[in-house]
Amino acid sequence: MSDALHQLPLAELAKRLAARELSAVELARHFLGRMERHRGLNAFLDVRPEVTLAQAQAADDRRARGEAGALLGIPIAHKDIFVTRDFASTAASRMLEGYMSPFDATVVDRLAKAGMVTLGKVNCDEFAMGSSNENSAYGPVLNPWDAAAVPGGSSGGSSAAVAARIAPVATATDTGGSIREPAAFCGITGTKPTYGRPSRWGMIAFASSLDTAGLMTVSAEDAAWVLSAMCGFDPNDSTSVDRPDEDFARDLAWPVQGLRIGVPKEFFAPGLQPDVERAVRAALETYRSMGATLVDISLPNAELGIPVYYVVAPAECSSNLSRFDGVRYGHRAKDHGDLADMIKRSRAEGFGPEPKRRILIGTYVLSHGYYDAYYIKAQQVRRLIANEFQQAFTQCDVIAGPVTTSVAFGFGEKAADPVSMYMSDLYTIPGSLAGVPSVSIPCGFGDGANASRPVGLQLMANYFDEARLLGVAHQYQLATDWHRRVPAAFAA
Amino acid sequence: MARTSRSDYSGWQVVIGLETHAQLSTASKIFSGASTAFGAEPNTQASVVDLALPGVLPVLNRGAVERAIRFGLAVGATIAPRSVFARKNYFYPDLPKGYQISQYEIPVVQGGSLACIVEGKGFEPYAKTVRLTRAHLEEDAGKSLHEDYSGMSGIDLNRAGTPLLEIVTEPDIQVDDIEQAASEAVAYARALHSLVTWLGICDGNMQEGSFRCDANVSVRRPGAPLGTRCEIKNLNSFRFMHQAIVHEARRQVDLIEAGDRVVQETRLYDPDRDETRSMRSKEDAMDYRYFPDPDLLPLEIDAAWIERVRAGLPELPAAMRARFVSSLGLSDYDAGLLTGDAATARYFEDVVAALPCGQAKLAANWVNGDVSAALNAAGMAMAGCPVTAAQLAGLLARVADGTINQKTAKEVFAVLWSGEAASADAVIDSRGLRQISDAGALVAIVDAVLAANPKSVEEFRAGKEKAFNSLVGQVMKQSRGKANPQQVNDILREKLAG
Amino acid sequence: MSLCKEDVQRIAHLARLAITDDEARRTLAQLNDIFGMIERMRAVDTEGIEPMSHPLDGAQRLRADAVTDIPDRERNLANAPARQDGLFLVPRVIE
Repeated sequence: MSDALHQLPLAELAKRLAARELSAVELARHFLGRMERHRGLNAFLDVRPEVTLAQAQAADDRRARGEAGALLGIPIAHKDIFVTRDFASTAASRMLEGYMSPFDATVVDRLAKAGMVTLGKVNCDEFAMGSSNENSAYGPVLNPWDAAAVPGGSSGGSSAAVAARIAPVATATDTGGSIREPAAFCGITGTKPTYGRPSRWGMIAFASSLDTAGLMTVSAEDAAWVLSAMCGFDPNDSTSVDRPDEDFARDLAWPVQGLRIGVPKEFFAPGLQPDVERAVRAALETYRSMGATLVDISLPNAELGIPVYYVVAPAECSSNLSRFDGVRYGHRAKDHGDLADMIKRSRAEGFGPEPKRRILIGTYVLSHGYYDAYYIKAQQVRRLIANEFQQAFTQCDVIAGPVTTSVAFGFGEKAADPVSMYMSDLYTIPGSLAGVPSVSIPCGFGDGANASRPVGLQLMANYFDEARLLGVAHQYQLATDWHRRVPAAFAA
Repeated sequence: MARTSRSDYSGWQVVIGLETHAQLSTASKIFSGASTAFGAEPNTQASVVDLALPGVLPVLNRGAVERAIRFGLAVGATIAPRSVFARKNYFYPDLPKGYQISQYEIPVVQGGSLACIVEGKGFEPYAKTVRLTRAHLEEDAGKSLHEDYSGMSGIDLNRAGTPLLEIVTEPDIQVDDIEQAASEAVAYARALHSLVTWLGICDGNMQEGSFRCDANVSVRRPGAPLGTRCEIKNLNSFRFMHQAIVHEARRQVDLIEAGDRVVQETRLYDPDRDETRSMRSKEDAMDYRYFPDPDLLPLEIDAAWIERVRAGLPELPAAMRARFVSSLGLSDYDAGLLTGDAATARYFEDVVAALPCGQAKLAANWVNGDVSAALNAAGMAMAGCPVTAAQLAGLLARVADGTINQKTAKEVFAVLWSGEAASADAVIDSRGLRQISDAGALVAIVDAVLAANPKSVEEFRAGKEKAFNSLVGQVMKQSRGKANPQQVNDILREKLAG
Repeated sequence: MSLCKEDVQRIAHLARLAITDDEARRTLAQLNDIFGMIERMRAVDTEGIEPMSHPLDGAQRLRADAVTDIPDRERNLANAPARQDGLFLVPRVIE
C-alpha cells in the first residue's frame, strides 16, 4: 500500500496522517526513497535525509502533542531560489556554491510552521533565468515524460519532482512564466498568485517587480491547501500586501455554470502549434459543456510583453545581482590582481552565460542616454498591457488560453538562440507584467512524436482572485483526469 | 604640489555650493532593524539586510522620514507628498548591494532656505541667506579599514544602512574674495549644524562623521559664466572647511592663470599638508544607472503627518533669537550667541526663568561670558556643564540682590564649577563672602584709606581722575573684595568733595 | 540601432564582468538579436502614459524606528571568502 502513497492527493495524505495510519517519518522516507531511485532526473540539488527525517519526527511530535493542521507532516521540496538555513541555497549558480543562509525565506518558514517537511532543494535555471532548465550550473533536469525534452524553466526541478511524484508539492517562483511553463511541460498544476501576495523575503531576487512565489502541485485542490499556508502579510517585505490570510480552498466547489471565460484572440495567433491549440480548444469546449460562456476578448499589446519584459527584467536583475562581488559571500576568483580585478573575475567565473547576458542587457538599458528610450518606454508599455487586463476583466471572470506555443522542446533546440528561447514565455509574460494570478493546468498531450509531451491550459484572474481561479481549475479537474496521469516510469 | 601661489587673487569670484550628509539620530537603520550606535565591534551591527545577503529586502524606517519632514519644515521647504527611492548603482566593497538606495528624481524635501551670520577678518558681520535645492533620504555605506590585515583591507559594515539626509544648496555663495567666500561657506555649515542638532535630528558629531560637508568650488571672473567645479570631500571640521576652500580656490586660480584648465573631479582635503588632492577617480562615476527601486513603493506623506510633525517642532533658533531681543531686551549679538545651539539656549532660558524679572541681561552676560569661557577652557560642551542652570541662577540672584559683587561672584562660580559646594549661598556663607553694604563699616574703611593715601587724595583734587580709581581699589582691597563698589564710589566722592 | 564590440566592453566594465575579446564578439551578435526584438516595443505610442514601475499602485509601508535585530556576526560572516577579526577581507583598497 505504501507504494501508492505518492499517487495520493494531499487531502488523503492529510487524512491518513490525522488518523495516525501514517506517520510523517514514514511519508518522508517514502519520498526520500523515490528521490534516491530517480536521481537520474537531476531534480534535486541538496538533499539531507537526516534533516528531512528530523523535521518529519518533529511533525509527528507536534501531532502527538495534539496539534492538527492539514499540512502537518506533508513533505515539500523547495526551489533553490528560496534561502534555507538547513540546506544550501545556490540559485543553481556556481556563484553561490555551498552557500548557507543564516535565515529561512518567509515562504519556507510559513510552510514549516504549518508542519511541512522539507525534502530538499530542487534544481532550476541559474538565478531563475531560463525557460528550459538548461541554464543550471549543476546540469539540466530531465522531463519525466520524455527524457529528450526539457522540463521547462526556470522552475524545472520543481515541476519534474512533482510530475515524477518524488515530491507531492514543490515551491517555485515565476518572474515571466517560470512556474506556468514548466508546469505545462511536465503535465502538472502550476500556481502563480497575485504579485505581493506571497512574501519575497528570502527569495534570491531576479526581477523584484515581477518575482512571485508559487507552487507546483498535482492538482488545483492541493495548490489551494498549500497556498493558504504559504501566502500572508510579511512585515519584512514592504511590497507584501497587507491583507488577512485567506482560505484559497473556499471556492473549490463553486460550479462554472455562468462563468465568463475570456479567450484572447492574440493567444491563438500564428505561431501557436496545432497540437497545443487542439488541446486548449478542447479544454475550452469542456468548460462550455459545463455551463461556462466563452467570450472573445483582445489583449492587443500582449505580444509586446516579451520586449517589455526583456528590458524590465534585465534592468532589475543587473542591479539585483550586483551584490555578488566576492566580498562577503559567494565565489571569489582564485587568481586576481587588484580589488576591481577580483570583483570582475569573481563575477565572470561565478555567473553562467544567461545571467551575464541579462546583466549586460540591463546595464545597457539603464545606462546614460538609453534610460528613457528603453526603460521608461518599457514601463509605459507595461502599463498599457496591465490596463488591457483590467479592460478584459470587465468582460470576463477569467482569461483562458495556452501556456506555451508548443509542447516541451528538446534539449539544445533553442539553447544557442536566446531570442527563440525568450519566445517560450510569449503567453505567460503579459500576466507577469500585470501581476495578476494565473495557473497552468494539464489539458492533454501533443501530436505524433510529441504524443508523450503534455499541454497546459493557462487560466488568469484579476488581482487577489486566486480562490475563484483555483475553483475554476478544480472544476475542470473534477471533469478530467489529465492531472492524474503519471509518466509510466514513475508510476510505481 | 610645488606650485608657487600668487599673493593677490583679486579679480576672481569664488562660487560655492554645499552638500551635507547629516546622519539621522534614529535608533535603528534606515532599512533594517539593526542599531545605529557608533563604535561597536566590526560587523556586529550589520544585519543580514545591511550585509545584502541573498534574499533580503529593505523596509523604510518611519523615524528617518519623520526627521526629514522636521528638517524640511524648519527650513521652509516643500515636503513632497510623494517621493521615490532610487538605486544608485556602483561597485565598491563598502557598498554591499552594489547600489545605494537614495532619492534621485523626486526627493522628500524640496527647496527651502537657511539664514546665517557671516563673520571673518576684514569685514563687519552680515546676514546671508542660502537657498536649498533639496534634501533627500539615503543610506550610508560601510567603511574600508586600511590597516594591514594579512596584506589586505578590512571591510566593516556597521555604518552601512545608517540613515542620511543629504542637504544640497544652490550655488548661492558667490564672493569676490576667497577668504570671505570660505567664511560664507563656514557660516552656512555652522548654521546648518546648529539647526540639525537643535531639531534633534542629528547628533552633529563631526569627528564620528555624523555631519559631513562636501563643497563644490569653482572660480570665475565676476560676471563670467560658471567655471568648472571640483568637489572637495573630507571636511570634518569647520576650520578645515575654511582652509580647504581657500586652498582649492587658489589652486584653481593658479591653474587658470598659468594657462591650464580645471578638471571636474572629486578632491580630498588633507589637513596635515593643507592641500586638496585628486581622489583616485571612482571609475564610471558619471553613470550610476539610477532607476526607481522596485523593492520600495513610492513614499507618501499626507498633510496630517506633516501637521503632526509641525506641531511637535521646537521654537526655531531665528524665532528664539528675535524673542530674546524683543522681550528680554538682549542685544542681537548676545541673542545670536545664546541661540547658537539648543543646549545653550535651553540653559539660558532655565537660568532666566529662575531669576527675578529684569535680570536677563545679567544671565546673558554670564552664559556668554564666564560659563562659555570655562567650557571652552575645559574643552566641554554645554551638555556637560558642571554648574547647573539652577546653580547659576542661585549665584546671579545674589549678584542681583547685592549680596555679592561681580568679582566675588566669579570666585563663587569657580567653587561651584569645581563641585566643592552645592549652591552659591553655601559658598557665600561658608566663606563669609557677603558684600559689606553696611555704611558705617564702609565709612570706616574709606576714612582709613584716605588717611593712608594723602598723595592720591591730592592728585585727585588736582584733577587726576585716575587717582580716584586707585583709592577705590584700595578700599576694595581693604574690604577683601566684599565692599559694594557702588557704595564705595558714593562714599569716596562725598568725602573727597567735602 | 546596433551595438559594437566597444559597447559590449564598456557595459561589461560597468557591470564588472571580465570579458575576453572573443566573448565580447560572441555576445555582441546575441545582444543585437535581442535589441532587434526589443526594438518593436519602441514603435508604440505611449504619449502621456505614466510608467509602471510596480504592479502594486500603492504607497510604501513604513516600520517603526526600533532596534529589532541583534546581528549574529559569526553566522552572518560564515560564508565569507576571507575574513579576520570580524572583518571581511579584500585586496587592498587604495583611496
